[in-house]
Formats: sequence, structure tokens, C-alpha cells
Amino acid sequence: MLILITIWEAISKFEVFPAFMWPPLIIPNDPGGVTVVKTLINGIISGQLLEATGSSLIRLFIGFFVAVVIGFVLGFLIYKYKIVDDTLGFFVTSLQAIPNIVWMPLAILWFGLGVGSVIFIVILGAALSITITSSTAFKSVPPLLIRVASTMGSSGFHLFRTVIFNSTIPQQIAGLRLAWALAWRAVLAGELLGGSGGLGTLLDLGRSIQAMDLIFSIMIIIGIIGSFIDNFIFVRIERFVLRKWGIQTAH
Amino acid sequence: MAEEHIILQNIHKEFQRKDHAPTIALDDVSLTIKKGEFVSLLGPSGCGKSTLLNIVAGLEKESSGSLLVNDKPIKGPGNDRIVVFQESGLFPWLSVLDNVMYGLLIKKVPKEEAKSRALNWLQKVHLGNFAHAMPHELSGGMKQRVAIARALVTDPEILLMDEPFAALDEQTRMVLHKELDKLWRDTGKTIIFVTHNIREAVVLSDRIVLMKTRPGGIKNIFPVQAARPRSSSDSILIHLENRILTELEQEMEKVLKEELGSDYALKTDHLRVDPNNNMGSDI
Repeated sequence: MLILITIWEAISKFEVFPAFMWPPLIIPNDPGGVTVVKTLINGIISGQLLEATGSSLIRLFIGFFVAVVIGFVLGFLIYKYKIVDDTLGFFVTSLQAIPNIVWMPLAILWFGLGVGSVIFIVILGAALSITITSSTAFKSVPPLLIRVASTMGSSGFHLFRTVIFNSTIPQQIAGLRLAWALAWRAVLAGELLGGSGGLGTLLDLGRSIQAMDLIFSIMIIIGIIGSFIDNFIFVRIERFVLRKWGIQTAH
Repeated sequence: MAEEHIILQNIHKEFQRKDHAPTIALDDVSLTIKKGEFVSLLGPSGCGKSTLLNIVAGLEKESSGSLLVNDKPIKGPGNDRIVVFQESGLFPWLSVLDNVMYGLLIKKVPKEEAKSRALNWLQKVHLGNFAHAMPHELSGGMKQRVAIARALVTDPEILLMDEPFAALDEQTRMVLHKELDKLWRDTGKTIIFVTHNIREAVVLSDRIVLMKTRPGGIKNIFPVQAARPRSSSDSILIHLENRILTELEQEMEKVLKEELGSDYALKTDHLRVDPNNNMGSDI
């Protein structure tokens, strides 16, 4: 880390690239000049960056939540009904092959530039992924557990609630983790193209005013949020579940 | 004791297969099991013994024939007939105690009562100290004992066991035979026990139903008249074991002949004689 910072500063100090392309990280090149860290701190203090982060996260959570609901329902239908699997299942797999940013022009035409189209592609990106992972998870519930439960008198929704759903939890969490990463990418891509504020739009602003320090600040925030949610939420839940179930992990 | 508990009449079961004639798993099976009786279904793989058990359990539906439990036809699985499978099938997300309580909670037993009954049964299978362990922390034999406790705690009239000890090592199996024998004598449950292990069947059962293959059905029924608790060195049991083995060998030979070709003979000094004494009828 320290070495990387040193190399960065060196490149900046020796002006390998013009200053607007490669701003210094910590130590300003001339007194009172711009640095990435200064822009980051100022942005946080003035609220500009925090506000953008907040609105990006709100979109992410709304979109992700809707996607989870859609994904679970579709995933369950695919598992439950063979006809749905043959039709919708195939369709979903094909749609998943399309990178979700490709949907942005269509989303802009349908929902206009703004929050609507950003949330749309977040939902689309995450829901397709969750549909696939959750249907796979449901399909791999051990038949033995279902037989055990039904011989003890469980059926219908009780069977789903107490056995089928519980049995899929480790796989569902892995699926959500994957979908979350897709959703986070989708939010930023959507905001970058679709405007409407948020970190993505701010990135685009940074590009248009050639403020590389701002761009780097935002990239740092994006990276930190991404790895924070992954490491502190998903990895922890995953480890907890795997330990409880006695599944061996590499960690 | 003489009350008829399970009556199977002319049970016929076919499995549909793609591009093939249907496989007949069970052909015209009739069997009556008395209340409190311990009956083993013994036979080589493919004789339909597990299918028969699943039909009694309600997990599979017979193609034709009638099945009465307590003089009533059965509709699907029910908690008066609980199955213990070859693998314990414990729910990995629940503790041992919660696993045992599962069936009780379905029966709407109040939580406190369910807990004390579950603990009581865990003690009976010598796992009182493991109530709060997770299934993955137990050995195979311990898991199977939890599965038995989980089945018996709900007080089913009938216990159906589908090769419950087949995946265990010999010592563990012998211990569990003793425990099962004791549980059965204490509770007086009707037990149907599927196995391919002759000794296991002989040591545990009141009656042994020897099954045949292609089509699956009953070949012979042997009553086991030996005092309990039994020891596998009891001469009556050894004698019976040999009789069953002889009949089973004929059955095995039939299977192997079909699978490996007609020139296969299990015994080297074996003369091909068919039961009707028509010499050479199978050439």
C-alpha cells in the first residue's frame, strides 16, 4: 500500500503525465494545489460526495430489494413448474448473457433520463442473476429431506417454510452476494449514462470538467463501499451459515 | 397382539420408463402385518423391498391393489407411519434437539412439552449430552440414533425403516440392533424393517419376508421363533440364516445370470435344477 502511494506520488511529482491526468494523492505539487485526498475530504465535508453516495445507495437498496423478491418468486416458479422452467428459464438464461448496461438506452426511452431508468437496470441485472441462482438452489434441495419432512406430516407451505427454503440458505446467500456485486455495478453504470445524480453522475461531471482528483475520490468511495458490503455483510453471513451447517471452508 | 395392523392385498407397482416397457417393481404382493409385529423385508437390490415400504409410507402410490392400515385406506404420508431412511436426513440447519422436536411441532404439541419429550427420547438413545450439538458434529451412528429418536418421539403407530443401518460399520450396527430391539420391546410399535443383511433380519425380526426379483414379490416368509434379546450365535438363528441364504442364493443367481449372461453360475458345484424338478428346463 505504502509502496503504491509512493510510486503514485513519484509519477505525479516528476510530471510523467500532465497534472490534470495524474493529480498527486496526498502531497500537493504546488502550495494549496489539488490532491485526491483533499478533494475527497472536502467533498465529504461539503456533503457533495456524501449526498451522491447516499442517493446511489438508496437506489441500490430499492433496486436490490425488488430484485430479490422478483428473483425468489421466479426462481421458485422455475423450480416448481417444469413448463415455467422450459419457457421462462431458458429466456432468463439468454437475457442474462446481455450485459445490463446494454439495457440503458431502452430504459432511458421507457423511463426517461433519471432515477427510474437507473433502478430499472439495477433490478434487471440483479433479478436475472437471483432467478438463476435461486432456481438452482431450490432444485438442489436433497429429496431425502423432503421425504423425511413429509413422512412426519409436513406439506404445502409448511414444507416450504421449514425445509425447502432453509435448505437453500447457503446457496441463496452466495447468489445474493453475486447479485449484489452486479447491482452495484449497474447503479454506477446507470447513473453514468442516465444522469439523475449519485456517484455515477458525479463521475461524469468530473470527466467533463477534467477534475481527475474528483474522479479518483469517487472511485475510492466506490471501491470502499463495494468491498465493505461484501466483506462485512456477505462474507460474515456466509461464514456464519457455513460454520453452523458444518460445511468446510477454505478460510 | 393378534390384531391386524397393516393389510396389503395384491399390490402391483409399475414404473413407466421412456422407450421401454414399464418395469414391474412389485407383482401381486399380499401381506398382513399384526399390531406390534417386527417384520423384515429381505432381498437383493431390485426386489422392490424399498418400493413396498414407500407404498406403506405413502411416499409412493401403488399401481393397483389395496393397502389398509387399521382397516382404513391410506392417502399419502402421515405421521402415524414414520420412516427412518438409510441416511439420517437430519436437517443441517437445526440443532439435534430441534431436529427431534420437528415432528412434535407439526403435531402442534406445545413447545415446552415438545422439548421435554425430545430430551427424554434423546436420553433413551444415549444422546442426552448432544441435544444442542449440530448434526455435522455427530458420527454416522449417532446421527442415525437421532433419526430414530426423531421418528419415535412423535409416537407413531408404525415405524418404517429403510435399511437404516446399512451405511454404518459393523460394531455400531450391532450396538444399534440391541438398542432397537429394546426400544421395540418397550414401545410395542409395529415395525417394518427393510434390509439386505440376513443376520440383521434374523436377529431383529418376528417374521422375515424374503423377496424375489423380476418381477419383485414375495418368495417366502420365515417366522423367527427365538427368545429375545437374541444373540447372533443362537443355533436357531444360525440354522435359519443358512436356510434363508440358500434361498437367497438362488435369487442372486437369477439376477447375476440376467446381468452377466446365461453362462454365469454362482456356485461351481451347482447342478441346474428347477423347483419343479424338470431337469434341464432352463437350458
